[in-house]
Parts: sequence; C-alpha cells; structure tokens
Amino acid sequence: MSQDVPFPGGQPSRISAETSWYDLFSRGARDWLRHNEKVRDAVRQRVREFISSPDVVTRGEGRTVLVPVRLLEHARFRLRDPEAQAGAGQGEGKAGQVLRPAQPQPGDDGENGRGGTGEGEVTFVLEFKIDDVLDWLWDEMKLPDLKPKQSTAVEDAELVREGWDRRGARSRLDRRRTVKEAVKRRAVQEHPVPFTDDDLRFRQLVRRRKPATNAAVMFALDVSGSMGEAERVLAKTFFFLALHGVRRQYPKVETAFLAHTVEAWEFSEEDFFRTSGTGGTTASSVFKLCLDLTRERFDPARYNLYLFYVSDGENASEDREAAAAALRELLPELNYLGYVEIRSASGRFSETEMRRILGELQHDHPAIGIQQGARQEDIWTALRAFFQQQAEQAQAAG
Amino acid sequence: MSTVSDFVPRVEALARRLGLDYHPVDFEIVPMTFMMEVAVYGLPVRMPHWSFGVRYMHELIRRSMGHSRIFEVMFPGDPCHAYLVSNNTLAENTLVIAHVLGHADFARNNQLFTRFEQMAGTHIVEHAAAQAHRIEAAVAEHGQQRVEAVLDAALALEAHVDVNAELHRPLYPAHPDTTERAAADPFRKRFQRLPGEKETPAAPKEPSRAPLPPNPEYDLLWFIAHYGPELEDWERDIFLAVREESFYFHPLFACHIMNEGWASYWHARLLREADFLPENLYVDAIKAHSDVVRPFAAKQQTALAVNPYHLGFSMWEHIVEKQGIEAARQVCREEDDFGFIRNYLDRGLAEKLGLFTYEARQDGEIKITGRDIDEVREAILAPRFNYGVPRIHVSELRHDGTLVLGHDHAGDGRGLDLERAARVLAYLQRVWRRPVALNTADAQGAAHEIKCP
Repeated sequence: MSQDVPFPGGQPSRISAETSWYDLFSRGARDWLRHNEKVRDAVRQRVREFISSPDVVTRGEGRTVLVPVRLLEHARFRLRDPEAQAGAGQGEGKAGQVLRPAQPQPGDDGENGRGGTGEGEVTFVLEFKIDDVLDWLWDEMKLPDLKPKQSTAVEDAELVREGWDRRGARSRLDRRRTVKEAVKRRAVQEHPVPFTDDDLRFRQLVRRRKPATNAAVMFALDVSGSMGEAERVLAKTFFFLALHGVRRQYPKVETAFLAHTVEAWEFSEEDFFRTSGTGGTTASSVFKLCLDLTRERFDPARYNLYLFYVSDGENASEDREAAAAALRELLPELNYLGYVEIRSASGRFSETEMRRILGELQHDHPAIGIQQGARQEDIWTALRAFFQQQAEQAQAAG
Repeated sequence: MSTVSDFVPRVEALARRLGLDYHPVDFEIVPMTFMMEVAVYGLPVRMPHWSFGVRYMHELIRRSMGHSRIFEVMFPGDPCHAYLVSNNTLAENTLVIAHVLGHADFARNNQLFTRFEQMAGTHIVEHAAAQAHRIEAAVAEHGQQRVEAVLDAALALEAHVDVNAELHRPLYPAHPDTTERAAADPFRKRFQRLPGEKETPAAPKEPSRAPLPPNPEYDLLWFIAHYGPELEDWERDIFLAVREESFYFHPLFACHIMNEGWASYWHARLLREADFLPENLYVDAIKAHSDVVRPFAAKQQTALAVNPYHLGFSMWEHIVEKQGIEAARQVCREEDDFGFIRNYLDRGLAEKLGLFTYEARQDGEIKITGRDIDEVREAILAPRFNYGVPRIHVSELRHDGTLVLGHDHAGDGRGLDLERAARVLAYLQRVWRRPVALNTADAQGAAHEIKCP
C-alpha cells in the first residue's frame, strides 16, 4: 500500500506503508546457508582430521558431532599488516600518551590473534550427523560394506500374511475379499442369495524364516600396565570406527566391552575406556569370556559376530596354548576377528606372542585380520585393510 | 495519532523552501531484517554470493551485541529509494526523512554523483535487480559451481576499477596510431612550417600489433571482461555487472564524510525550523540526532575512529557559519572527501574537535602520536585512497594468454598480504583459465612473484 503525498512544486516523494512480503525476503539467510554448505564441503575434505579428535569419538553415541569451524573469508587483495597501524581518533590526550597498553600475549585476544581481519574472528559450530560423516569417510576410503553371514543357520522366525483360505479364525475374516467373492457369485447366479458360507475368505499366516540381521560386536582391550594413554586413545578411535562400520550394515547392533589383564571383565562403555589394570597379560582369559558370551547372549545362529581385539602383543608365554585353544573354539562362531597391535616403531620387526598365535591360526581361519600401528594414520590403514579383507572373505564364501 | 506520512509533505515543503534540490524519494517502511540485508548487500536486490551471507552473519552478531543500529538506507537515483525501519519511533523516522532529503540533495548536486548518472542513468537499483535475476538464471543454466567461480573472482576484484575512465569505454585500438596523431598535432604542424625545418618523412606503418594493455591498466574488471581469452559471454556479463555496481558505489565511498555530514546538517536544520512539529516529538528527534552525531560512545572520552557523521556535520556547520550557505553548496557540488578534508578541515576546527593521530602496534599498544593538522587529515583519508584497495594493474597479456598483474608496492608503502593475494589469484585463474601471475614485494621489500598455477 502506498500513498501519494500532494506536493507544491516538483514531483512529490512517496511513502509506502509496510509491505508484509519483505518479511519473506531472506537473501541473507540464503547466502548464509550457501556459505555453510561450502564449510561443510571443506570439513568433508578434512573428515579424517576431525573425526580422530577424541571429542568426536566420545560424543559418538549422540548420533551427531559438533565441529567448531571458522567463517570462510572471501579473499581480497590487501596490504600486509604493517608494524604499526596509523589512524585518526578523537578525544582528549597528549602526544605520547598510551591509550591502551601492550597486550600480554598476542593471540590471547581472539580479535587480534589471527589474520587481523578487522571484523574479529567468529567461530561457530556446525552439527553433523554421525551417519553422514561416516558415509563421507567410507566414500573417501572407498571401504566396502560388510556382508552378513551366508549360512542358512542364521535365521529368525517370523509370521507373515500369505494368501486366503475358506476357513479360519473370525478375527482374520477379510471382508473386502468376502464381498468380492459374493459379488462374483451373484453375477452368475439366477436367484442369488446375499451371502453364503462359501464366500467367506480368511487371511492366512505362515511362519517363515529370514536371515538374521542382528550383529554383535565384542571389543576386547588389553589394559595391562604396558598399554599407556596414547595407546588407549588409538584403541578407542579404532573401536569407534569399527563399531560404526558394523552399524552401517546391520540395523541392530549389540556390543560388549571386555578388558583383561590376567583376568577378563565386562564393562559398560563409559567405564571401559577409563579402566586400567596392572600386572601381566593373559589373553586366554578374554577369549574365554567371549566364548561365554556367545553361549549366553550372542547365539551365533542369530547374530553376526565380530571381535575386535587391541593389545600391545605381549602375552605370557605359558598362556600360549590356552589362548590358542580358546581361539580355535571361538573362531568358527565369528564372522571376523580383527586384531590391532599397537606398538611403537622400534618393536615393529620383532614378532610378538599374540601375533604368533593368531598368525598360526590364520592358515585355517582366513577371517582373521592382523594389523600393526602406533600412530593415528595406522588406524586408518588397519580399518581399510580389515574391511577390504572382510569383503573378500564374504565374496569367497558367497 | 499522527504518523510519519503526516509530516512528510510539510518537511518536504520546508526543504524546498530552504533550497534543497533533489529527485523525489520513494520511502518504504520495512522490517529490520530486510533493512539489514539492504545494508549488507549494498543494494535492495543484488546478486547472490556466499560472502554476503558471511557479512550478514557479522551484522547479526554486531546487532545482537548492540554495536550497531541502522536507521535508514538510501539509494540515489530518480526517484531515490529510501528504506525506514518499521520499529523506529515516529520522532526517529521524522529525523530520518529529513536526513534522507539531505542525502538526496547531495546526490543530485555533487559532481561525482551526477557524472555517474550521466554515464549509467538513474535506474541503477533496477539494473542491479535485473542483473541479479540474470545471474539466478545463469545458475539454473550453468550450475551453481560455475557461476559462483565467476562471482568469486569478480567480487574479489570489485574495487579494482578505473573510476576516472568512462563506464562504457571503447576497446584499445588494434594498432598504435602514433604517427597520424603526431602529424595532426597543431604544434608539430606549426613547427614544421618554420623556415629551415624539413618535412619529416612519415614513419613506416607499424606492422606489429600494439602490446596489451598499451599502458598499465587499473580497471581489472573491464580488462578481464573484454580481453579474457576464454571467457564465455555470460561470464563477461557478470564481470561488467559487478563493475557497473562498483561505479555506482564509488561516489558514496568517495564522499562518505561529506555526504553523511551534509545529511546531518540538513536534518538538524530542517527539524530546527519545522515549527509545525509537536514539541515532544522535536525533543525526541533531537535526542536521536545527538545519538547519531556524536564523537564517541556514551561515557567514553576518546574514540579510535572519527565518526563521519560528527566530523562532516561539524565541518558543514563551520563552513556555513564562516562562508555562508552558497559557498557550502559550491563545496558540496565540487569536492569529494579528499578535497573536503584537505581544504576545509582547518587547524582551529581540528583542535575544537580534539582530533589526533595514533599508532597501534602489533603487540596491542595504542599511543597518541600527535595533533598535527596535516597528519590528522592524511590519517583520516588514508583508508579512502584508491577506493580503499591496493593499487594493482594489468601489466601484460602474454601471447600464451598469461595474465601478468603488477602491484605498485612502492606507492602503497608495502607489499601485499601474500596468502590472500594467492587466493585471489586462484579465484581469478579459474575464470581466466590460463596462467595468472602477480608482482608485488615480500616482507623485506624485495620483488616477489606469485603464480597460479
């Protein structure tokens, strides 16, 4: 709505009352969203970097991660920052008077710290869905998806509707079908009656078997004195990614967190990563615990079972036979066993106890993956190797 | 209850009586959100680009911290367009209308504004809107990535235009015609008629093509649009559209202090002489005036920036007081901020306003360096030099299509920020599609070349 204002001499100016559609204008918001899209792309490029920060891993259960990002800057030509910037001001004061003392440490102050864009540094937080992030990751690493077990033993029974019958429980009467039958019959009869017993149709249920889509992942961690804080962080990152890799494939994933020194215990997820123990290492304890779990909780007939084990490779030599025996019993029930040995570069070439045990078993059980690493980057290599190997296994089996 | 439209005709009648001469103004009352967008984009409807989104967010943050408040935005033209915020008070909007009439008068009379009007017409706001729609169509046709790449480059070079040249300027002549021009030179003709002078044989026709550009070319947008070897037509159009808008913004940039001062002078005077305004409304409006036209934020004794409203307002009052309104009108027609500050900011006024120069070191220390009038003037003007950007020119277009840019680092006093310069070159290279290079100086002042790729 606008109104002309009468004006003597010259053309009048106009004044329009508020036009409501301006509220719908949102170019600023549109271009802001485009900016965020670009930030997302940039984050995506660096997905490995930020997902390995411990923060992301701990918050993983929330299904989203918050990533602090900086606003993008549209670069322009500008002069380099001078030693001292001259300017004009207004107010009282004599030449030589200090209006603001030097700041203790450049960089403490968010505004002066970096780049000095003059607009101040604005950071904001973007929320990413874990699933999206993992999709990017899988794309980037070209990781194959896991394959469920092919064996017919894996099955769930379920009732499904299938066909109709003339007899059945009243509650399964299909009225629509029944009326249809009646209409057909009446169309060919000369003196039709409205309904007969022959018109009745009942839905049938049959019991059918379907392959199990459940998976269970057992994480086993050596928490003996030789595993330090850095090793734990690596283990945690690895477990987190392995778990999500499994989750991508199976709708329902159950987990068990097992830690061991000379004994093995099950922990809740929170406590798991905080656990530390002292003393020697007896790996057979944790493999036996896994066996118990497969009997009590994770029936191999109903679950796709995965075991990921992280250790520094040390194991008491008198435990060698016991560990091998437990593994021999356990392996046929597992889809896959992934073993990551976290060792510093110095110990890289010597063969450890665990490696030796698993290496020997690998001949009969190809679904064992062994990787070694000491750095974040090695975890990616390990993960990729595991998933690729698993896919090949499934291919060969299928 | 009275509304702002009740007062507009009477304020305008008063303005005309006092000699304001302006194109009519279309006022629109808009919500704050729209106002912010207009302020961020610089035009009511402008091309989409993510960098505006960033500025928009900065503006939102600044506003949420209470640092800034936008009363009005005004676009010169015929008619002018002015936007008022819907939640301004009546007193504020009355003030703002008077202020806008001051801007409208300035825009119709100042030579930089009238020159632009002659070159581009008076409908730039509508041009910009049409261009924005064309760019949206280009996005639909060529995809966001490609259009964005062009805008990344064109907007990064936004201020690198030669405003002294024509908006619509002809291409360089294909061959240098020095000989003909030399012969036509009247001095040379008369010289040759002198006794004892022989007719100089005509120089053989220059067979070679003129080098490109024949002289250092400071209008980067124009050069790229016309001489980019592989640009498509729609890409050239975008460069020229950004250039046209840049020409439009230039008078506003170059006359910022004068223009805001002039509008403030007139809103103060119009309100003072508007005897038809209710007393309480006048008092409220004057209060709003002193909030805008003040040297420093409330409860502070110094400011590390000179408020253009306050400086310009004080200077115009000073000029009118000393030399009369006609002299002030002439200054308004003929000067830009450089002439205005250098010629009319005198020692007495600078002292009265308490202007000083300061130095801000990288460690954060800020120290007053003095109150010398010449240094004060130059410190005020320094950020307004060359449209606020480093002086960069096209120095050579090589036969293989390489674009060589040069930076006048001696004139600018130091070299470019190399990291940002490299990113600008990368934007440019994506559109230019051939190699791009830039010569500047490094931190030690030695010649430094940046190349992409």
